[in-house]
Amino acid sequence: MTETLAADLKLIIFQLKGKEYAIPVSQVRSIEKVQHITRVPGIAPFVKGVINLRGVVTPIIDLRSRFDIDEVNYSDSTRVIIVALEDMEVGLIVDAANDVIDVATNSIEPPPEIVGMKEADYINGVVKIDKRLLILLDLSKVLNPEEVKTLNEFVG
Amino acid sequence: MPRGVKAMEMNQYLEVFIEESKEHLQSCNERLLELEKNPSDLTIVNEIFRSAHTLKGMSATMGYEDLASLTHQMENVLDAIRNQKISVNAEILDVVFESVDHLEEMVLSISEGGDGKRDVKVTVDKLKLIEKGESPVQAQSKAEVAVAVAEETSTAKSDYDEFEYTVIQQSKEQGFEAFEITVSLREDCLLKAARVFMVFEVLEKIGEVIKSSPSVDQLEEEQFDQEFTVTLVSKEPKEDIHKKVLKVSEVNKVDVQVITLSNVRQKQELLEEEIVSQLQVVEETVNTLAEAPNQPEEKKKQTGAKQANNKTIRVNIERLDILMNLFEELVIDRGRLEQISRDLNNQELHETVERMSRISGDLQNIILNMRMVPVETVFNRFPRMVRQLARDLGKKINLEIIGAETELDRTVIDEIGDPLVHLIRNALDHGVETPDIRKAKGKAEEGTVILKAFHSGNHVFIEIDDDGAGISRDKVLKKALKNGIVNEQTAATLTDKQVYELIFASGFSTAEKISDVSGRGVGLDVVKNTIESLGGSVSIDSKEGVGSTFSIQLPLTLSIISVMLVESQQEKYAIPLSSIIETAIVKKEDIMNAHNQQVIDFRGKVVPLLFLKDIFNVPVYEEGDEFYSVVIVRKGDKMAGLVVDSFIGQQEVVLKSLGNYLTSVFAISGATILGDGQVALIVDCNALIK
Repeated sequence: MTETLAADLKLIIFQLKGKEYAIPVSQVRSIEKVQHITRVPGIAPFVKGVINLRGVVTPIIDLRSRFDIDEVNYSDSTRVIIVALEDMEVGLIVDAANDVIDVATNSIEPPPEIVGMKEADYINGVVKIDKRLLILLDLSKVLNPEEVKTLNEFVG
Repeated sequence: MPRGVKAMEMNQYLEVFIEESKEHLQSCNERLLELEKNPSDLTIVNEIFRSAHTLKGMSATMGYEDLASLTHQMENVLDAIRNQKISVNAEILDVVFESVDHLEEMVLSISEGGDGKRDVKVTVDKLKLIEKGESPVQAQSKAEVAVAVAEETSTAKSDYDEFEYTVIQQSKEQGFEAFEITVSLREDCLLKAARVFMVFEVLEKIGEVIKSSPSVDQLEEEQFDQEFTVTLVSKEPKEDIHKKVLKVSEVNKVDVQVITLSNVRQKQELLEEEIVSQLQVVEETVNTLAEAPNQPEEKKKQTGAKQANNKTIRVNIERLDILMNLFEELVIDRGRLEQISRDLNNQELHETVERMSRISGDLQNIILNMRMVPVETVFNRFPRMVRQLARDLGKKINLEIIGAETELDRTVIDEIGDPLVHLIRNALDHGVETPDIRKAKGKAEEGTVILKAFHSGNHVFIEIDDDGAGISRDKVLKKALKNGIVNEQTAATLTDKQVYELIFASGFSTAEKISDVSGRGVGLDVVKNTIESLGGSVSIDSKEGVGSTFSIQLPLTLSIISVMLVESQQEKYAIPLSSIIETAIVKKEDIMNAHNQQVIDFRGKVVPLLFLKDIFNVPVYEEGDEFYSVVIVRKGDKMAGLVVDSFIGQQEVVLKSLGNYLTSVFAISGATILGDGQVALIVDCNALIK
C-alpha cells in the first residue's frame, strides 16, 4: 500500500484544442481566471504580457501560441495556471483546467516521436489512462527564458 | 564640556553602536565556528578581521577603552593568522572565543547602562603570547593547578542515594574515576542558566554526569546562588577536567575532587539517620515548587525593563515587501468598495468607506516611508568619530555635514555605514595634514572635511571632500608598481583619474606604518565592493596639495519612485519623474524634419521626437488629433521628446521587477501596480536616448 502511494504522481490536467496535458501539482501555485493583461512590448509573441497576481507582477504565456496552435478568444472556461519553476513564476493560459488525478510514476511512457510538432520538444512523456492520453509537459523547456530574449534584439 | 550635554550626545549614538556591535560580534562568533571547521580557510579569517576592525574603531570612538584594547589585541592575532605568521589551532581559537565572550559581556553591560569596563588582562596577556607565537595554555594552567591542589583534601559535598552509590561503585570497577566538581560563577554573572548549560556541555563531552546539586531543573531556573556541584564519572585526569570547566566564561572557581567510596558511604549512613528531617525538607521543597511559577514572571519583568532602551527593531525587508503586497491588494479592494458605495448611495456605508479610505491612505504613507530613512541615522555618529580621531592623530579637523535629511532606501542605509566610516577615516588619516605642515603650506591650521548627501536624477550622491594633501600620482604609481597591481607600460598611459582608482585595488595601502586609524589594507577595496554590490559606484577626484573628493553614487530606484503616468492608445506607461524635464503640447505643423528624424524646437534647442506607440508597437485604435502631447526626457545632457496620447498625472509608485522570466525587456525598467489593480510598465528613458 505504502509503495504504491510513494510512486504516485499528482497531476493537474488541462485542455488545449481538445488535447489533454498534465503538469505535476508540485509545480503549480494556483489556477486563476483570466484578468486584465498588460502587454509587454518587444518580447516573444507567445508572452501575452504581465498580470497583477496579488501584488506580484507575473508574466503570462499563451500556451496555444507557444505550441503554434491557432489562438482563440478567451472564454469563461479559459484559465491561467500559475506555475513555479526554480525562481520563476509564470502563468500559462489554457483552454480549461478542471481535473486533478493520481498516476503511478511507472505508467509514464516516453514521448512518441512525432516529426514536425513543435510541442513535441516540450514533452516529458505521456500517460495512458483508459482511453485518455495525457501529455506530460516539461516546464523547464516551456519556460526557457532564452527563447524570450532572442526575440528582443530586433526591436532594440 | 558639561557632563549632561555629553551624556545626551552619546545616547544618540549608543543605540547604533550597541546594535552594530552585537551584529559584528555575532558574525565573529559564526565565522569563528566556521573557521574551527576549516582552519586553513583564510578568507574566513579576513571576514573576522574586518568585523573586529570595525568593532575596534567604533568602540574607540565611543570611548570604551577596554573594549577597544581587547579588540585591538584580538585583531593583531587575526592579522598574524591572516598573514600566515601563525597557524590556527584549537588553543588559539579557544582564546579568541574567550575574547569574543568578553566583548559580548562588555557590550551587554553597556547596553544595560553599565560602563563596559571589565578586567580582561588575563585574556589580553594570552593574546599577546599567541601573537609572539607562544602557547597560552601552559602559562595559564600552572596557576590554576596550584589552586586545585590546595583544596584537594576536603570531603564529598553531595549526598548520594543507593542507586548513585552503585553507579559510582560500578564505574570505579570499570576504571572510571568519580569526581565531585564544585563550580562557582562570578557574582555579576547574568546568564547563570546559560553558563550552567555550558558547564554541563563541557562535562558531558568528557564523561557522564550522574548527579547535580541543586538539581538540573533548579539550575535551569537559576534557583541557586553562585555555586553548584556536579558529580561526574570520567576517565579524564582531574587537572584536565578542571581546566576544561574553567574555560567556560564567567566561571570564577572550579573545585574538582576525587570521590572515594568510603567517604560516600559515610555520608550515606549519616543520611539514613536524617531521614526524618529530610521529610521536612521535602515538604518545604513542595512549597517552594508551588511558588515557583511566580518567579519566571518576575524575571520577565526585569528583562523587559532592561530592554526598554531599545527603541528600534530590525525588520526583514522581505516582510516589508509582503506587507506592501498585501496592502496593495487592500488598495484595489478599497477602490472597488468606493465604487460600490457610490452606486448604492447608502449614507452609512458611504461614511464607513470614506473613513476606511482615509485610514488606509495614512497606512499607505507609513508603509511607503518605512523603507526610506534619512542618511542622518548614519551621519549622526560621524562628528564624534571625527573629533576623537582628530585628537588621536594630533590634527585639527572640522567636519561639515550637508544634506543629512536626504532619504535613502533602508537596504542601502544598512550597508552604507561601514564604507563611509572607512572613507572618513581615510580622509582624516591620509588626507588632512598635521597643523604644522598645513601652516607651512600656507593653509588654515584646521582642516575641513565635508560630508555631503544629495539627490540627483535617479541617484543619491554622497561626497566626502577634504582640503588635505590630495593624492600624489607618483606615490600611488610607485606603490602600485611595487605591489604588482600595474606594470610599467600601462602605468605610463594611465590618466590621473585612473591612477587614483588604483587605491581601490585589493592589496593596496598607502599607509607607511600600521596605525590605529586606518591602514593594513582593509578598507578601500572593501568600500568599493560594498558600494558596487548595492548597484552604485565610487569615484575619486583629487588635486595634489589642494584636497580630494570621494564621490559615492547610489541608486534610488530600489523601491518607490515618482512617475508621470501617460497613455498611448489604450495602454498606460509610467515615466520616472527623475528623467523628465517638462511636458509640452506641440502642434503638428510645428514639427520639422531633419534627416528623416522628426524634431521640434524646444526652448531654442532642437529636440528629436520619439513616438511611444512606434517604439512599443502599441496597437493603434484611433488617430490622434492635431496636437501632440510630448514629454521632454533627458539622459545626461541629451534630450528627447517622447510623444504620447495624453498625460494622466503624477504618482508615487512601487517599483516591481518583471520577475525572473522576463529579464531584459527593451526600454522597460520594471512595472508597477496602479490603483485599479492593473499593471503599468515603467519606461527606461536611458535606453531610449543613445
